[in-house]
Amino acid sequence: MRHLLSISDLTKVEALSILNTAETLSRVSDGPMKKLPTLRGRTIVNLFAEDSTRTRISFEAAAKRLSADVINFSAKGSSVSKGESLKDTAQTLQAMGADAVIIRHSASGAAQTLADNQWMSGSVINAGDGTHEHPSQALLDAFTIRKHLAHGNDDLTGLRVAIVGDILHSRVARSNVLLLTMLGAHVTLVAPPTLLPVGVESWPVTISYNFDDVIESVDAVMMLRIQLERMSEMFFPNAREYSRYFGLNKDRLVKMKQSAIVMHPGPMNRGLEITADSADSARSVILEQVTNGVSVRMAILYLLLAGSQELEIAQ
Amino acid sequence: MSLALPAPDMARAITRISHEILERNSGSNSITLLGIPTRGAHLASRIASSMREIDGKEIQCGTLDITLHRDDLRLRPPRALMPTNIPALGVEGRDVILVDDVLFSGRTIRAALDALGEIGRPRSVQLAVLVDRGHRQLPIRADYVGKNLPTSISQVIKVHMTELDGVDEVTLEDGDA
Repeated sequence: MRHLLSISDLTKVEALSILNTAETLSRVSDGPMKKLPTLRGRTIVNLFAEDSTRTRISFEAAAKRLSADVINFSAKGSSVSKGESLKDTAQTLQAMGADAVIIRHSASGAAQTLADNQWMSGSVINAGDGTHEHPSQALLDAFTIRKHLAHGNDDLTGLRVAIVGDILHSRVARSNVLLLTMLGAHVTLVAPPTLLPVGVESWPVTISYNFDDVIESVDAVMMLRIQLERMSEMFFPNAREYSRYFGLNKDRLVKMKQSAIVMHPGPMNRGLEITADSADSARSVILEQVTNGVSVRMAILYLLLAGSQELEIAQ
Repeated sequence: MSLALPAPDMARAITRISHEILERNSGSNSITLLGIPTRGAHLASRIASSMREIDGKEIQCGTLDITLHRDDLRLRPPRALMPTNIPALGVEGRDVILVDDVLFSGRTIRAALDALGEIGRPRSVQLAVLVDRGHRQLPIRADYVGKNLPTSISQVIKVHMTELDGVDEVTLEDGDA
């Protein structure tokens, strides 16, 4: 593994090795060793051309716990806002000696472009590209589900996960569908037809337009944010109607299985896709997802950066 | 390939090391054994059970994974991480005995000392190894040695343990060079 661009690039063995490494690392950072010298002297650039709170901070915390140097670079306040191209930005970062670039971009495929064009020699990690993929989020979601529900199994065989809401604009949903089904879970997408992408019938999932049909049978519910910033048209009549049909509220919460968990990749629109009491309920693992995110991202950085990539091919 | 340490000799070496540890530390009260995965961890639990038989007391025994503290990570493909389990009494003020299978360059032990320093401040740190094969690259020596085995740098030492390999033995093979 040299880059992490998409879940579809990963084999099941690689995905599990990330989850297992994250598990060991989470025990290390829970314990007495808060800071590890593993990536000392490595430079990691956070290239965020789109707003982000948790992903950027999470990657930064992960890199710092492994003693890497982190340079934060956001589009606002940089030359990107003056119209500098991705190529020139990448070459600048290369000239500064970046060992890895974590990129978030509003264009789908931005991370792939950066990795394919040899503008820089470091690793590229996709932290969300347009409506395409967000692999580290899917890995931390799978990690969280496994921790709660897999009962010591390595993968997610037999578990049922509902992903609810704005599938159309969601890179989190795309990465999660690929990863969760690869790990053996059964995924049901729940959304109004207007918020499902074209070609969704070819995905390895079940589709439902009725949240109440699904809620009682699933082990985990993943609520997606309604992405108002990506919506240029009307996808549903109004917010109240959306909440009533596709939001997670107290009535639906009590129908869930005893052991079932509630997830949300954040940021939440409280009162729209999820009510405040659902988000703060005992079933909610939303804050735990954030904690697990740091361990999973430490694992990604460790596996991409700590070893020698050339030797992997040679041996 | 030659057999450097057959099973009975290996068992005797482990028993002798257990006696030596108890002798040097006047009993087992202050001792914490930390095995370095993979084989050092199994070796540590064998030494612990041997010490328990001799001394009749429970022994503090755990594992210490040093992968994240290695200085040669960039020379090899990424390594899988192994669990670290520090026993209940911790390492603070204890006599910590690091246990590994083969002592070679000394770099693993240097990394282990770094990792240990992150966890706490032991009263003393001692080192027990099953085989010392020489070729040190750092000023490190073992306090308890199962067998000193002079080797050439190209030879390969393999420690087999029943827990992992179905058999107890140490073999010496001629390398490719």
